[in-house]
Amino acid sequence: MKFGVVVFPGSNCDHDMLDALQNDLNKEVRALWHKDKSLDGFTTEDCIVLPGGFSFGDYLRCGAIARFSPMMQSVIEFAAKGGKVLGVCNGFQILCESHLLPGVLTMNAHRQFVCKNNYLKTPGGEPLLIPVAHGDGRFQADEKTLDELEANNQVLFYYCDEQGNVVESANPNGAVRNIAGIRNKEGNVFGMMPHPERAVSATLGNEDGKKVFELLGLL
Amino acid sequence: MEITVQHAQELRLTAEEFELIKQKLGRTPNFTELCIFSAMWSEHCSYKNSIKWLKTLPREGGRMLVAAGEENAGLMDMGGGYGVVFKIESHNHPSAIEPFQGAATGVGGIQRDIFTMGARPIASLNSLRFGNLKDKKTQRLMAGIVHGIGHYGNCFGVPTVAGEVYFEDCYHTNPLVNAMSVGIVDTKRTVSATAEGKGNPIFFVGSATGKDGIGGASFASANITEESTEELPAVQVGDPFQEKKLLEACLEVLKTDAVVGMQDMGAAGIICSTAEMSAKGGVGMHIDLEKVPTRQKNMKAWELLLSESQERMLLVAHKGQESKIIEVFEKWDLPCSEIGYVTDDGQLKFYMNGELEADVPAEELVLGGGAPQYEREYTRPAYLDKISAFDQQSIEDLADNNALKQGAEQLIQLPNIASKRWITVQYDSMVGTANTQTNAPSDAAVVLAKGTGKALAVTTDCNSRYVYADPFVGAEIAVAEAARNIVCSGGEPIGVTNCLNFGNPYDPEVYYQFVKAVQGMGEACRKFNTPVTGGNVSFYNQNPTGPVYPTPTIGMVGILDDINNKMSLDYKKAGDKIYLIGRPKNDIGSSEYLHKLHKVEFSNVPAFDLEEEYNLQQAVAALIKEKLVASAHDISEGGLMITLLEKGFNRNLGFDVSATTDIRQDAFWFGEAQSRVVVSVPAAAAEALEAALKVASVDFSLLGTVTDAAVTVDGHAWGDIREWKEKYDTAIEKMIAEN
Repeated sequence: MKFGVVVFPGSNCDHDMLDALQNDLNKEVRALWHKDKSLDGFTTEDCIVLPGGFSFGDYLRCGAIARFSPMMQSVIEFAAKGGKVLGVCNGFQILCESHLLPGVLTMNAHRQFVCKNNYLKTPGGEPLLIPVAHGDGRFQADEKTLDELEANNQVLFYYCDEQGNVVESANPNGAVRNIAGIRNKEGNVFGMMPHPERAVSATLGNEDGKKVFELLGLL
Repeated sequence: MEITVQHAQELRLTAEEFELIKQKLGRTPNFTELCIFSAMWSEHCSYKNSIKWLKTLPREGGRMLVAAGEENAGLMDMGGGYGVVFKIESHNHPSAIEPFQGAATGVGGIQRDIFTMGARPIASLNSLRFGNLKDKKTQRLMAGIVHGIGHYGNCFGVPTVAGEVYFEDCYHTNPLVNAMSVGIVDTKRTVSATAEGKGNPIFFVGSATGKDGIGGASFASANITEESTEELPAVQVGDPFQEKKLLEACLEVLKTDAVVGMQDMGAAGIICSTAEMSAKGGVGMHIDLEKVPTRQKNMKAWELLLSESQERMLLVAHKGQESKIIEVFEKWDLPCSEIGYVTDDGQLKFYMNGELEADVPAEELVLGGGAPQYEREYTRPAYLDKISAFDQQSIEDLADNNALKQGAEQLIQLPNIASKRWITVQYDSMVGTANTQTNAPSDAAVVLAKGTGKALAVTTDCNSRYVYADPFVGAEIAVAEAARNIVCSGGEPIGVTNCLNFGNPYDPEVYYQFVKAVQGMGEACRKFNTPVTGGNVSFYNQNPTGPVYPTPTIGMVGILDDINNKMSLDYKKAGDKIYLIGRPKNDIGSSEYLHKLHKVEFSNVPAFDLEEEYNLQQAVAALIKEKLVASAHDISEGGLMITLLEKGFNRNLGFDVSATTDIRQDAFWFGEAQSRVVVSVPAAAAEALEAALKVASVDFSLLGTVTDAAVTVDGHAWGDIREWKEKYDTAIEKMIAEN
């Protein structure tokens, strides 16, 4: 599986993602410039990653402008053909704006940026410690969508405490039902606010992020 | 309009300076030229009241690759073909007026100083001082300043890895906001802030110019022209997205070899960058101001020259290579305009639609050239008598263990000591995946310098109450503590950048503080072989009741040739032995305990001896290198007790310790005498540690043992470490919520 990491002018986790995939996870990876359109060399077996950052400054709704970039048109087509797409943080916001994933990400309930390690409850059950860093990470959707997401096992991660309890005190942004990450119905598009690429290095003292890539079937 | 001395005085130039200008020009300046001199000879740009003393600091040697003040920031050798570029700068006054934008543009400005030299910033730090946290105004200022720093830094994408926050009444009106940035550069790819080569094109790149920030360097409230002053926002407005693009475009354009020199536009915008680049290269410039991209109509020449609009750079290119420059900036959708060319007569000639608006010699405008330099008078401040008169016998020692415990509970919740997490979680501290603090805290932040195989240890330090008590020794301590933090983290201190925040330099008592602090700083920097690579002076930090505490903030950088040499501060496991390295002293002077709990405003600076400090640091560095300790944390605010508690928080480990001397209880546990470090070590390795310490001939004592969670002091049970941690973590949050 090859990886492509889309670089928007305001991406700032692009290097981290490239570094993590290439050096910590030993994957073949290429940077993709937002003004280009070509995904030549990528098949639906591969994965396109939208990294974190502030794609176009995000002075409007986060990701609202990035959605219209040339590369995103190709990514939307790629996803429609079944190619794997992962959006992290700003990437998750762009995926929601592009309607590749349901719901929206609004300003954190406490109206402040938050950066810290946060536990995530995973389908495997074992809580993983993954950093969050965002000002607009509060996932919201209508009740019907939320019920569907949960009924279809589309919720990938919930914010939880160290013991794996999904409780309000472990929710860093006020996301409904503590939702931290979701996938689409088809299972090829993934979005999450926490940053797994920040937790794949022994030198930084946390490798839980590797388990995230594994859970998503991206290793 | 005939320009007179009155005009000059309105622009904050003195009558003597006006005469000097006339003499240098051989004629009376026109209004635009007067504005130019006013900005360039302002305190901010010329350092006219400080430079004489700054020159006494150690400004070369060690690993320095450029002399202090030569470039926008300090550049030191990391080895292996890489350099570290770093600088600290103040944005106090803008932040006092408009906390959000003031602080945000402070962060933006310091980042440009780093990447204008071709370096990629990898770590940000900040040093903040506010008034009393219980005060509504302080809370509003703090919320705005922290939000501004986060807004800019988080978007720009450089992690905020360390810093300091103090709350003292003297900063009520005039908070201090000092921002520092550290970057890495391939030493073959550095670029200088110089203009060379007659006929070479000059480019203006980055954001369009507006009227924002005009007079940031000098005007403040002078009624320059009636119609324009009223609408001038004094504080600049930042756009971190634009700066992020400017960073990437500048680093990309430097790879083309089309660039002769580059300088960012900070204070005094176009005039300062054109003057400094020209003076440095010994050339002149022809500039067509109408070619500067603007975001407002009908801007006058002086407005264009002085505007402090953010995210702009001046770039001199090799003739014939213009298209390479334009191509890169087009890729990043940034304005890029050729606005003139280099000349060989040393004159700056500014034209507006073909009309010559100003014609001034570049050399006469700049520091080191024609800008005035003053020697101010100074006298020993009267308050120092009250400090000498303090006798700690007048304070009763703690009665018993219960009083000691209560004191510790109060101290751990003081805003100067308690966790600053309310602030720090608002900064992205992890972007760049290089900050090793997240999962292994240490006294200085240790950040990987990716691609170099090495790591940097960075810190900012200054306890300004110590400097107030004794400007010379207090400044020595600021340097010593910075070095100690780096040593305790496994680094080797290599260099300093300073941010000298003082009151009005025309007040001889304030100037005394400045002079003595610079002397003390120089003394300590020479001892630790950490030359001062540059920095910034901020005068006029005043409250209605007087000046702020003298605050010479030290930003220090250290190097770790191998990341495996990093030492963290926290206890590692129950059963480990806890040692104090350094000598307990019977001294409570200037401690948080004395100042906040006993409300003593005037007391002696904590005990400090430079030689003793140096020996301690050498010993600790050797222990870490030999892997003889499992943790190291220095003693600072709150004394030994706070250090012991802080070491337990990361892993929820407690401790069982007892006093090892019969000096005052409060001095032993809460005193802030310098040159002390607490380490922990596996019991089996304690003997080797003791042997090494004896060889190094430094004082040490066994304090006790790390426990599973229980805190025990002198045999008395003090509860669980998690209870102490809860108090520490939530104290500031509770104070904010109470209001």
